[in-house]
Amino acid sequence: MHEWALAEGVIDTTVKVSREKKLKEISRVVITLGELQQIDEEIFKFALREIIKPTSIFKKTEFKFEKEKAVLRCKVCTTEWEFGDMLCGLDDVEVESIHFIPEMSHIYMKCPGCGSRDFEIVKGRGVWIASIEGME
Amino acid sequence: MDPRLNIIAHRLENVDRLIAVSGGKGGIGKSSVASTLALCLSKKNYRVGLLDLDFYGPSCHLILGIKGVYPEEERGILPPQVYGIKFMSIVYYAKENPLTVRGIDISNSIIELLAITRWEELDFLIIDMPPGIGDTTLDVIRLLKGVEFLVITTPSKVVLETVKKTLEMLKEAHVPILGVIENMKLNNSSWTRQEIETFDVKYLGEIGFDRSFEDFVGDRNKLLKSSFVEDINKLIPNLD
Repeated sequence: MHEWALAEGVIDTTVKVSREKKLKEISRVVITLGELQQIDEEIFKFALREIIKPTSIFKKTEFKFEKEKAVLRCKVCTTEWEFGDMLCGLDDVEVESIHFIPEMSHIYMKCPGCGSRDFEIVKGRGVWIASIEGME
Repeated sequence: MDPRLNIIAHRLENVDRLIAVSGGKGGIGKSSVASTLALCLSKKNYRVGLLDLDFYGPSCHLILGIKGVYPEEERGILPPQVYGIKFMSIVYYAKENPLTVRGIDISNSIIELLAITRWEELDFLIIDMPPGIGDTTLDVIRLLKGVEFLVITTPSKVVLETVKKTLEMLKEAHVPILGVIENMKLNNSSWTRQEIETFDVKYLGEIGFDRSFEDFVGDRNKLLKSSFVEDINKLIPNLD
């Protein structure tokens, strides 16, 4: 469960923010899940629930998930494409490598326009905290 | 907010010493020293991790002959233990393919590896650095609090000029420098030592040029009997 490690990051960061902003309760955390990393939302939710158990500030917290399509742009010919369009051409090992380190997409994917591996991940890379809301 | 940044310190909280093996140029023996140092420390019963951060040319696995292992997934990633060393490298995911990425991707990959890898308790985490003082060096300084740099040079004047830049950069960033090791030593010249000492950095010692080194690459048992290992073992007490 690699998702667990990233869920720990979300909770640790939220606790840090709550201390900085002197929040006694966290009401909502909005988490963006970038498509490229293919995080399993159910496993991620389970990990979050398990990790927050001993922490009182999370008693009434809603974890809201927003999925973001992964968009890639070629540096050479400027072609833009979505990861989802290429997913079916990848085997399980390649998909798993990208799951662990999304930058491995540069090995297992090429620009559909010119074939270059020199592309950027414009959006939808991985896990991101969009916002943390709470009460003082 | 990036949730990975905050967790890195926790992942390393039970690691006693973080040693980044660095140097300005490629081909001066950073990976050989890093891999062999990890092996020698492990033979001395220290709990050792080895992290290969040379994403463009990972080679610790080749030097130590590590193959057929893969990290276990357990609330993150558990590095496989080989020859007593917990070993983490991009090769698990990149295989033997070239990784064509720019700086931002290097940074993101380093952050991801550091955020998900569970080293647990270690006496030493040895980090094999790529050549130069670019993205990886900046990220290691930024993300790994308490990291100490072990700088490799050779008797080459060209290499030393680049190593001086590395030392200057580290000093300016107030990063602890354990000292400099002179690798591939061919004669008794004390020129490198003098140059390093005028730079106010400890000269830790030398490793003789081993003409048969290539015969040991990939064979841990042969490597352990080499003069290279003998020289590394002599240098270990100087790391304190």
